[in-house]
Amino acid sequence: MAYEINIENFQGPLDLLLHLIKKNEMDIYDIQVADITEQYLAVIDSMKSLNLDVAGEFLLMAATLLHIKSKLLLPQHEDDESEDDELDPRAELVRRLLEYQKYKDAGETLSEMSLLNRDVFARKFQSQELVVGHEGDEMVAVGIFELVDAFQRLLKETSDPYIHEINIERLTVSDRINSILTLLSGKENIGFLELFEEKPERSIVVVTFLAMLELVRLRLVRLMQNNRCGGIWLYPAVANDEISPFELGEDSLGYV
Amino acid sequence: MMKYHHLNWGKIHLATSDVRKKIEALVFVSEVPLKTDRIAEILEMKKGDVRKVLLEVQDEYTAADRGILLEEVAEGFQFRTRPECSEAIQQLVKSRPFRFSRPALETLAIIAYRQPVTRAEVEYLRGVDSGGVFKTLLEKQLIRILGKKDVPGRPLIYGTSREFLEFFGMRDLSALPTLKEFSDLASDIPEIGAEVSVAETLKVEEQNEEI
Repeated sequence: MAYEINIENFQGPLDLLLHLIKKNEMDIYDIQVADITEQYLAVIDSMKSLNLDVAGEFLLMAATLLHIKSKLLLPQHEDDESEDDELDPRAELVRRLLEYQKYKDAGETLSEMSLLNRDVFARKFQSQELVVGHEGDEMVAVGIFELVDAFQRLLKETSDPYIHEINIERLTVSDRINSILTLLSGKENIGFLELFEEKPERSIVVVTFLAMLELVRLRLVRLMQNNRCGGIWLYPAVANDEISPFELGEDSLGYV
Repeated sequence: MMKYHHLNWGKIHLATSDVRKKIEALVFVSEVPLKTDRIAEILEMKKGDVRKVLLEVQDEYTAADRGILLEEVAEGFQFRTRPECSEAIQQLVKSRPFRFSRPALETLAIIAYRQPVTRAEVEYLRGVDSGGVFKTLLEKQLIRILGKKDVPGRPLIYGTSREFLEFFGMRDLSALPTLKEFSDLASDIPEIGAEVSVAETLKVEEQNEEI
């Protein structure tokens, strides 16, 4: 091979194929399958320290190329034209290549746009005062990552675990569900942090968090925040007077 | 007649300049792109009027050749610096911007143009496993899970997020650059799997919101 190819530079078999086609100045609609396959296999041969997963994908393409080539070699039945119009076995590959090329280019176009925090900047307020919710503020649903963030922050704040202490009285999820409902009753909303004491124990944090998620699942509570960085608020999902503590067996929740 | 007309014009201008100041101040203070609805609510104005003023202010900043511009992004308005000032600001903020790898860009482009889309569909188009890239894009909050597709296995479907629009400075998804079609051949690619109807997507989004 006259030129060297670094496999690391290719995002996948389609990328490599496109490169080879361009390098050989081939018409994408008239791929010389034999030439391309030969070069493609040469590249694969030269890949030594390749992680297996990637190799698998490259090998699949190699097999596809050989399959196409073998199809091309077979004589075609003249009277068989009533079949589909896809007489050229290369058509499917060409379609995929073109489609791939399209999105590869689109990705490059995207990266040329004015990106926030690279080309353009907006002012950022870290101060909490601006984030604190006001009545009528636009509320958005809390995403899973914000929720995990909040949970992890809380866990970091939890008090050090006592060693060799055995908790006899275990706090249950249904206990916490009821206490959250009690907290919520008569109120329009409560803050996420209001659910916890100053320095809660780890187990309490976990149980309370589970109870909160359970309430969301039961459609009794909605989690909202003012914006991405805002505090998380719990809202009753049904009219306030309908919420009353109720009996929930631990079994029915699946935490035993 | 001329004189009267002139006077009248002056009055109108004064009134709007007061509103204009307030609108500008609101956008300046807001941490996220500020929506016209919100401004209209605060100033008790009509949405259309707010928008008109915002577009005027936008033109002024553009024409004045200042360091900042008023941009319409993610269905709101935000003051942003001019791209030509980027180098200086990068030195000030010292935080290295998130760099896109080529796989990330490719994947993001496919999701942006074909959403709602499953991971398998993206992987078919790219010809490679994309799990790692999806994870990164989710962590950066550029894409989000829209719900589950109603096919066997109920795979997750993905779409771009509001942060994606903010990040690329787009007003909405219609601002995506048009895809370059290479030929007619490229357009008749059979859809991979059944399309998820818009109604269905909305339904899953609703469910998602309550989490």
